[in-house]
Amino acid sequence: MQVFEHKQTAHCENGAIVNLLQSKGFTISEPMAFGLGSGIFYVYLPFIKVNHAPAISYRPMPGRIFNRMAKRLGMKVKRMKFSDTKKAQQALDENLKNNIPTGLVVGVYHLPYFPEEYRFHFNAHNLVVFGKENGRYLISDPVLDYTVSLSEAELEKVRFAKGALAPKGHMYYPTNIPEEQDWSHAIRKAIRKTCSDMLAPVPIVGVRGMRMVAKDIVKWHKKLGVAKANYNLAHMIRMQEEIGTGGGGFRFLYAAFLQEAGEYLKNEELLTLSAEMVAIGDLWREFALEASRVVKKRSNTHNVYQVMSDKLMELADKEEAFYKKLKKAIG
Amino acid sequence: MKKNEVPQDESPISKHGSNELLYALDDDGKIKPVQSIGWEVKSVVQYQNLESLNQRVLDALQQVKEGKSSPILYFMELNKMDWNTLAAYMGSWVFWIKRHQKPKVFQKLNNKVLSKYAETFGITVEELKNFKG
Repeated sequence: MQVFEHKQTAHCENGAIVNLLQSKGFTISEPMAFGLGSGIFYVYLPFIKVNHAPAISYRPMPGRIFNRMAKRLGMKVKRMKFSDTKKAQQALDENLKNNIPTGLVVGVYHLPYFPEEYRFHFNAHNLVVFGKENGRYLISDPVLDYTVSLSEAELEKVRFAKGALAPKGHMYYPTNIPEEQDWSHAIRKAIRKTCSDMLAPVPIVGVRGMRMVAKDIVKWHKKLGVAKANYNLAHMIRMQEEIGTGGGGFRFLYAAFLQEAGEYLKNEELLTLSAEMVAIGDLWREFALEASRVVKKRSNTHNVYQVMSDKLMELADKEEAFYKKLKKAIG
Repeated sequence: MKKNEVPQDESPISKHGSNELLYALDDDGKIKPVQSIGWEVKSVVQYQNLESLNQRVLDALQQVKEGKSSPILYFMELNKMDWNTLAAYMGSWVFWIKRHQKPKVFQKLNNKVLSKYAETFGITVEELKNFKG
């Protein structure tokens, strides 16, 4: 029996990919998996409320990163959803019996090993189940640097969390893992997709989505008052920085990918752009820092929101220029 | 961000004995994973968020105490839910569930519906029925 190796990662979906593939003897770094899956994204959905604030996502729909990466490398990902909780457990047990570590999409709220501050009704967390001992499932949660375990009832609860993006017992695992191959084509394709996502001519997506949020920050204050504006801002920063996802964290990951890709393709320009991406990531973190100050102080003048708005506009401009250059660099 | 600039601030995760991974530049300009026990910026917004949610719970409690609302509202807020999430757990429609916050409608709910609420909130039917705030 192959020993399962647990590796901590910055982002949960990357982590599930890296750990699942490693268990099959296929080694890939987190940044490479993230980049090949075109993991950077931005979408603003002001008409959908999450935890009483407008939805902002810094990542594609759950599962997309793995699916895209798999497709580009010629792998297959088997995915299953269930309406019957018993069947969901049977299918998982069957996999474990056959020594197939299995990825699950779960709700965070009922995960007992998460601190209170992280437990919200958010249904797109990924983890890997790699065994069952004395009726308890052995869990590799990619954001932790150790493994944990869950009882059958606990696992059922998180697999069948309800609400937006309800996972419905969603489980997945890779099949058809190819031998060593040339990644050049896959890398180019993945970068092109990221550029077209972030430069999409859609007002709520990519750099245009950022600009829309920037405009709305000022509106929140004018229309909804200080308390609500701060709540929305805090929500935005949580989506941006929590568990390595979103703003700065994703930019550093993508910079690491560009560095690896640049070395792989022997493309100097990608290395330069990687350094530029690190600088943009630093600006995202600065934005989060400023926002946390606004949130903390409470009594804020109109001006503070204008400053935040301007900062986000600047970020959108920088990123627009960046993705245009990246698109050119890849040809 | 350079490796030595990675924040190591006490945070909810460090109190939990955990840490998180992020990527930063090492001395040779290589971007490498680094563990961090937390960042004050994140902790600030997390605590602020919990505080506003807590305020919602207190407001709901007041509503129940004054007899303006049924315990459904209180337990929904206590479980960090909104109407959409609660309706999904109840397998019902939002407009239907929202009616149950009226004390008069709540009084008339049958045991099947009450036990589904109780299960969703992780309490007993008795606790739900007899909750007075």
